[in-house]
Formats: sequence, structure tokens, C-alpha cells
Amino acid sequence: MQILVCIKQVPGTSKIDVDPITGVLKRDGVDSKMNPYDLFAIETALRLKEQKGGTIKVISMGPPQAKEVIKEAFMMGADEGVLVSDRKFAGADVLATSYAISQGVRQLGNLDLILCGKQTTDGDTAQVGPEMAEYLGIPHIANVLKIIEVKESSILVEMDMANTIEMAEIQFPCLLTVEKDIFQPRLPSYKKKLSTKDREIKTITFNDLEDKNEKRYGLSGSPTQVERIFPPSVNSDRETWTGTGAELSSQITDKLKQLKFI
Amino acid sequence: MNNYKTLDAKDREFLVSLLGEERVYTGEAISDDFSHDELGGISRLPDVLVDVLSTDEVSKIMSYANENNIPVVARGSGTGLVGASVPIFGGIMLNMCGMNKILELDEENLTLTLEPGVLLMEISKYVEEHDLFYPPDPGEKSATIAGNINTNAGGMRAVKYGVTRDYIRGLEVVLPTGKVINVGGKVVKNSSGYSVKDLICGSEGTLGIVTKVILKLIPLPKKAISLLIPFPDLDSAISTVPKIIKSKSIPTAIEFMQREVILAAEEFLGKKFPDNSSDAYLLLTFDGNSTEELEKDYEKVANICLAEGALDAFIIDTDERKEAVWSARGAFLEAVKASTTDMDECDVVVPRNRVAEFIKYTDLLQEQFNVRIRSFGHAGDGNLHVYVLKDELSEEAWKIKLAEVFEEMYRKSRELHGLVSGEHGIGYAKKGYMFDQYEPDYVELMRNIKLAFDPKNILNPGKVCE
Repeated sequence: MQILVCIKQVPGTSKIDVDPITGVLKRDGVDSKMNPYDLFAIETALRLKEQKGGTIKVISMGPPQAKEVIKEAFMMGADEGVLVSDRKFAGADVLATSYAISQGVRQLGNLDLILCGKQTTDGDTAQVGPEMAEYLGIPHIANVLKIIEVKESSILVEMDMANTIEMAEIQFPCLLTVEKDIFQPRLPSYKKKLSTKDREIKTITFNDLEDKNEKRYGLSGSPTQVERIFPPSVNSDRETWTGTGAELSSQITDKLKQLKFI
Repeated sequence: MNNYKTLDAKDREFLVSLLGEERVYTGEAISDDFSHDELGGISRLPDVLVDVLSTDEVSKIMSYANENNIPVVARGSGTGLVGASVPIFGGIMLNMCGMNKILELDEENLTLTLEPGVLLMEISKYVEEHDLFYPPDPGEKSATIAGNINTNAGGMRAVKYGVTRDYIRGLEVVLPTGKVINVGGKVVKNSSGYSVKDLICGSEGTLGIVTKVILKLIPLPKKAISLLIPFPDLDSAISTVPKIIKSKSIPTAIEFMQREVILAAEEFLGKKFPDNSSDAYLLLTFDGNSTEELEKDYEKVANICLAEGALDAFIIDTDERKEAVWSARGAFLEAVKASTTDMDECDVVVPRNRVAEFIKYTDLLQEQFNVRIRSFGHAGDGNLHVYVLKDELSEEAWKIKLAEVFEEMYRKSRELHGLVSGEHGIGYAKKGYMFDQYEPDYVELMRNIKLAFDPKNILNPGKVCE
């Protein structure tokens, strides 16, 4: 089975300050790490490989330092890694990102399955996976909770549809985005760190892509207009009530009704 | 022998006049929680429970109790494990939990001044917001600071940072007579007479009541990385520890764990641990100020472990990974508890290079006595937490078996030049084992110290050396 996992480097902590005036994230001195949701995608790939054999490739898009997360994927057991990286891709929104990665994926030969985390912790859109599948012209399922069975030419999964959980069978090649906790991700191995320390990570640049229309990449390929970035407001309103259990319970019912929670 | 006065209406009146009706509880109004700590098998309610809010109140109650020969026990969160806060003679119990304010953070002297009832979890949160660090890290985060001081609690970071005693700069103490003294202060050095502060620390509420604390803080290390190191068996895991220590790269913590305990935690939490394929693990943590510094440290130790037969070394470097590993580590005790009907714990401490020998010995006991014994804990500081499980045994059979197994464990600990308690204290439950170990002159000296502080023996009587 040929599996590709899409991974992204994100800030190492969610506690990043936003400059209230400029709206810019204060990234100085903040460590980065692999998007935590991608760990579940890698683990899913490793479990499938254990079951069916094959190869696991990982792909990431970002600046050269994003190779760190590819190395980390090697430490978890991935076999090959490529980085899609070019100044021309900078400033991409979800659409331009999905397009650039899908172009990169086209360079990788035949794949049976592409796995993504359900979203990233920095962009939080959960759209890059499905949009890539659209660009690649392959079927996809988002929010996969469980792999039920891997068949000869298809895979049977359980997907989370907000109000229902549905089972679906999907033909290879296809793309799945997997939910948190589909499997407990393994920890990176120091032994693998040593053994993969010199493993090559291929870089795919703009010039390697089939579609060389610059208008489809980076800032110029991004229809999303960011008007303003601002820190979320913090609400610490607090009311304290005293009274008997009966009084308090009717008071809280009234309050919840008033707030339209019930 | 102890002819204590039984509490009467007049005594209650005194307490009410001092504290008001709403802070004095008697009879049914006293929750059963106040009759025991986390140790099973010993309980008694106090005759009166009072909530105290100031040093002055504590002092007035102590001098009244001293005049009237009434036993007094001060209690924090009640998370002790040796029955130290159980009022075995009844009398007055002071609930110290209301004295829970952080009074001053002195960033020029790197000290934190606080009241005795502040919880450990509040301290770490507060100081870390200021980029400062209070290193002692006992597992029970809902314990009060004065409880920690009174047991000289240790915790996981003892390997690198030491224990509670190493972080006490000064104390305000109400003596059993009601007099108030200050020991130590914000000073870094102190050669001014006997170190009474160090006597109060670990005295388990028998020498005085701590009403104010000055703690020493250090700058907060900016980064931490842990390694989870699988070994084919416990012996090879623990035998590696002295070699790690000898390598002079000092982890903040070295913990060992076995698969059975990990599986119990997985079941208890309904959550998978990142690896459970090996029989035994070491969990090491490193802290420092840069990733490069940490990598250098952990790679050296990882190489030692691999050379000693470790199967790998897994790297725990992000919040998610830390959470996956440490949430399980934090649940070990509860998970083992949930797997049996009752259990008791042996908290011996042995020299660090004898840990493997001790653990192997408990495995033998398990077979010899046909009883389940589980252990995990601080491989790096020699402090073991060994749990003997009751399972299907009847109450009587359990008591007998427990006594026999404990006797053997404490005997082994003495043989290895260990001591009865590493961090839980002696309290009520472990007195016998301590008396077995210390020569009579030592015990006599302890009793004389108690007498000097508490001539009428009214403060937490029947504990530690009595």
C-alpha cells in the first residue's frame, strides 16, 4: 500500500500573543512542532502499513525549516519525505495551499491513500485536505473516527457527521482526514532519529510543478482577504449567588433560559 | 497515661467567643472526612472542629488548650498517608485550609510568603506566571504547603532539586503553649543557632503549628523534555539508574514503571498509553534553558540506556506528548487502587544503587506470600512506593499478611541501609517500624525534643516518636 501523509509545522504553543495594534502574531522565540492532529494521521498510516505492508511518504509545505517535522515523521516510522517549498508559495490561503500541495502530490507517483489530520492548530480551517482531494480528482472523507476494514481496492471507515456517525466505503485512491484519538500516536524514537539522521528530504519547488501559472500560488492565488486579525476577547464576568438548593436550582434554570442555553 | 480533659460546654463557649458560632463545629456538624486521612484503618472524629483564619486565633486556641490540657491537631487537606492528622485522642481540630492566601512574592529575594493552607497546585501556578519555579513536586497537588512542610514531602524532581526542606527559608510557628516564634527568614544563609525550622519540617504537626511560610524560589527553567525508555525487564531498567547518575547529567526525575501498572492506568483512564509493548520503563525528565542543551543531556543518557540494553528511547517533547504520558503517570496510584479492594503502601527509601535489589526482593515476596505487590516511582532518589494489595483476602487474613509482608520489607530496607519513610512520614502507622530501626538513644532524643516544645503533650499526641 502506498500511503502519503500530509503534515504541517505549527507554533509549539497555543499561547501566542497577538499584537493588539498591528494584529500580527508575536512568533519570536516561539518553538514550532508538528501539528498535533497530524500525529493521528501518521499513526493511522503506520498501523495500516503494519497490516498491509507498503511505504509511507510524508509531504509538508513551508519554509526550509519545516524539514524538522519531516524528520520527526521519520522518527515515528515514515519512510520518505518531501517538502514543497518556494518563495512563490508564501502568503497562501487554504485554496492556494491546497493547490500547491496537490501539484506537489502529482510528482510522487501512484498513491493508494492520502491521510491528513482533521485540521491544524494554527489555521484551524479543516479545508486543505478535502480541497486537495478535489484538485486531485479523488474521493475523500473527512473526520474519520475509525478504520473498520481495508479491502483490496477500497477502505471501510466510520465518519463523524456532527449529528450521526456513518459508515462509508471509499475506493482507492482516496483521501481521508482522521479525527483526534483514532489511534494513540506513538512517540518519536531516538533509535530512528539516529538511523534516519542522514536520510534525504526532497524539496519540490515551483519549477518542479506541472502548472506553472504563478497566479495560482501564494498570495496572488489566494482569494481570501484578511481584514483584521485580533486577539479573542476574554470574558471573565462572574456572578455569585447564595441561597438554598431549591432557590439556587430555580435561579440557574431561569438564567440558562434567559441566556437561551435551554 | 494521657489524662486529657474531655471537652465540655465551657470549652465550646470559649471557641465560639473567639471564632463565632459559624466556625465551630461539633457532633453531627463535623463531616466524617475530618476523622481520617488517606490511610485506611485508623479514624476518629475530633470533639470539636474549628476553622481558623489567623495566627492570633491559633495562638489563643493553643494557649487555652495548653492551660486546660486539651489535645489539638492541626489539619490541612487531609491527604496524608500515615494517619498523622487523625485526632486519635479527640479534642480540638484546627482546620487550616481557610488560611490560604499568598501574601508576597519578593522578586528581589526570590521568596514567596504565604499562609499554610495554600495548595501546592496554586503555588506552582502562581510562581510560574512570574517565570519562577518552586521545584518540590509531590504527586498530591491538592495538599497544602504546611502539610508538605510537616512531612518534608519530596516528589519526582528530588533527583535534581531536592525536597521541601531545601526550599523553606522561614516559618512562623505557634508553639503548643500558644507562643508565636519566627524561625529563619528571607536570608539565604543561616548559622544562627539550632535550626528549629528544620526540626519543624517533617515534625508531622507534633512540635508546632505553621502559620506562615517563606519559600525559596528559583528561576523557571524554560524547557523540559522527557524520555520514556523501554527495557526488556525491570532488572535491566533499574540497574541502569546508577549508571545514569554516575554520568553526571542530572535529570530532574527518574521514574520507573512496569507494564501491569501502565495497563491498569489505561483501563482506569480509558485512554491508551503511547507504548505498552515492554515489561519495564524508565521515565526521565530533563530541564534547562535551551533545546540544544537539553538534547545534549538527553542524548548522552539515551546512549547509556541503549548500551545497557534499552530497546529504544522515546522522546516526549510537546505538550500533547507530555499530557499522554504524564496523565497516565499521575493516575497510577488511583488505577492500582481501583484494581483491588484495599491496599497499603510502603514508602521506604534506600541508597540509590540498592533500588534494583529491593524491587527484586518485593517480587520474591509476592510469590512467597501469594499476594499482589505493585510498585512504581522514584528510581532516581531511592524512594520506593510499594503497594501490597488486599484483593480477595478477608479483613483478618489481610491484616496478618500485610503485617508479615511489611515486616519483611522494612527488614530488607534496614539491611540495605535504607530508612522507613522517604516522604510520607511516620505519623501513626509507621511508628513501630521506625522504633525497630532506631536505637533507643535516638528515640529518646526525639522524645526529649517533643517534650521541650510541648511539655504537656497536647499537640498531635500519639504520633511519630510516641
